[in-house]
Amino acid sequence: MSLTLRGHRESQLENALTAEMKRQVSPYEQYRDLPEEELFREAGVDTAGAERGGYSNYSYWGATTRAFFQNRVAVLFLIVIVLLLAFTFIQPHLPNQKQPKTIYNDERGIQIINRQPDEEFWFGTNSIGQDLWARTWAGTRTSLGIGFAVGLFEVTLGTLIGLLWGYVRKLDSFFTELYNIFDNVPQTLVLILISYILKPSVGTIIFALCLTGWLSMARFIRNMVVIIRDRDYNLASRCLGTSTGRIITKNLLPYLVSVMALRMALAIPSAIGNEVFVTYIGIGLPTDIPSLGNLVQAGRLLISQPELRYQLLFPVAVLALITISLYIVGNSFADAADPKNHLR
Amino acid sequence: MLKYILKRILHSLIALVIVISIVLLLLRAMPVEGYFNNYEKMSETQINVTLRKMGLKDPAPVQIGRYLMQLLKGDLGTSNKYRQGYPIAKIIAKKAPISIRIGLLSFAIALAAGFPLGIAMARSAKTKWKVWDRFGTILIVIVQAVPSAVYHLLIQLYGSEWLGISMLFDKDDWRTYILPVFSLALGNIVYFAMWLRRYMVDEANKDYVRLARAKGVPESRISRVHIFRNAVVPLVQYIPQSILFTLMGSLYVESLYSIPGMGGLLVQVIKIQDNTMVQALVVIYSALSVMGLLLGDILMALFDPRISFTGKEGSRA
Repeated sequence: MSLTLRGHRESQLENALTAEMKRQVSPYEQYRDLPEEELFREAGVDTAGAERGGYSNYSYWGATTRAFFQNRVAVLFLIVIVLLLAFTFIQPHLPNQKQPKTIYNDERGIQIINRQPDEEFWFGTNSIGQDLWARTWAGTRTSLGIGFAVGLFEVTLGTLIGLLWGYVRKLDSFFTELYNIFDNVPQTLVLILISYILKPSVGTIIFALCLTGWLSMARFIRNMVVIIRDRDYNLASRCLGTSTGRIITKNLLPYLVSVMALRMALAIPSAIGNEVFVTYIGIGLPTDIPSLGNLVQAGRLLISQPELRYQLLFPVAVLALITISLYIVGNSFADAADPKNHLR
Repeated sequence: MLKYILKRILHSLIALVIVISIVLLLLRAMPVEGYFNNYEKMSETQINVTLRKMGLKDPAPVQIGRYLMQLLKGDLGTSNKYRQGYPIAKIIAKKAPISIRIGLLSFAIALAAGFPLGIAMARSAKTKWKVWDRFGTILIVIVQAVPSAVYHLLIQLYGSEWLGISMLFDKDDWRTYILPVFSLALGNIVYFAMWLRRYMVDEANKDYVRLARAKGVPESRISRVHIFRNAVVPLVQYIPQSILFTLMGSLYVESLYSIPGMGGLLVQVIKIQDNTMVQALVVIYSALSVMGLLLGDILMALFDPRISFTGKEGSRA
């Protein structure tokens, strides 16, 4: 009995405390009784004062680009990734290129299997006589496509949900509970289930990776929003009657551009990594579509034969080059896009 | 505090029930062919009778309720495909210790290597050549950017060659522990080093550190007591979860080295549609993750020099 009583008093105290805190925090409540004239008074136009104020030629994107190009390592990797991307898409149109899915035969009509890298087959051939050079670049195209689609979706949906979750207080606990639940449903279960329901294809794998990937992004954005939502400048905006939409697009989003860029740049390597993983557990793309996941998996099966290791190492080298470049460029851009780093 | 913990536990229990329900519904969406070894040869009636016997024809809420009641009695049920009729608790009791042993070893290594690396990086960030900072950054970039599926593979391939040991795991040969443990630790080493460096650099620019320096506190004491103690707080939260999660094992590493642990178990039983096993594993994993979060928050409160439970208000000696 005394225990419940004490509990009751505690909750009473808590309620009083929250009410008191609300009253203190909210500027509307605090000054509600004051007449309008006390709150705002016409200051009049002071032309001389306006002259004195001067102006700053600060431009957000200008400062961002400048900060980015000061980082020489990042610029180097930016060049690498641009060249790599360009080459990936130009490669099939170059002269004398082999087809990724064609099986090549020698003069006697026998398949050229497991040929070591030479002048004709730059990366060698695989166990059924396909050209590994062509397959690696075709696989890079597939995987980059998957990574880009998944990354774009993750960032878009994650940001939308994250903004709602963080900015609209009433939705906070709802989304948090939802997150706790969905975060605990194993990703593998969802992936396997989707691969049962839908036929394995590029579309399916994009869908499956999108379905599970945006959660952490939304949570990340939510945490960022909660941190900056009640900063003084936002409070000032709200007091001056700025609409919620404008606060979100003009006050919050510029702060989030840097993290969004970072997540986008990281989502691509991680989607490629996930593609390798789902291929590994046997629910990836059909083996006849070349992708980095399929190539790594095919090469993995041959590691016990040292002379055939080139079949693993070439795709792995290209994959590592892409993911590392994207990672460095993404991180440097995120640093450059952070307004805090513009004050030099 | 107690009230807060109780509230958290209650919330977690509700979340757990919903997770179980969702997983159960997802499992029902799987094709029924998976439950039979000779589906083509069986008649419609035979199939229906077997399904009914397994309780799969009941409405979903009934199945969920039945499963929850069984859980309340502390019974995880028996496997129906992986090892027919064998208690799931026994299967797990046999597999979990291996995963836990490897997981704890690698976590201990991650702590022992990641923290010093992070501290060294933060300290050298202010020196001229930034030797440690550069080395650590390169390591971080490589480990974070290259998919783990790839670097685990390369470690196995070249590590076993270089050390001259077997590629596969042997429970009684300590040398075969080296590579999987190191492989698993790498991700955490880099994680700890990266965040500890970031937090320490942040803390180092704060006023109280400047004051300590002005008072003449030696640099090593500043970095050990003032900076480290505050910088480590956000990381501490992650520790209980990591320790609990060692029970799950690592799917990829365990299958690479053919370690008979928990790692591949979930994927395996999902694929063969051993529903009771899937449910049991999901329940265990979700419970672990909920518990990990809670313990993390409590540990963080204990570690944070700014939060005190003893109630010496205002005075901190």
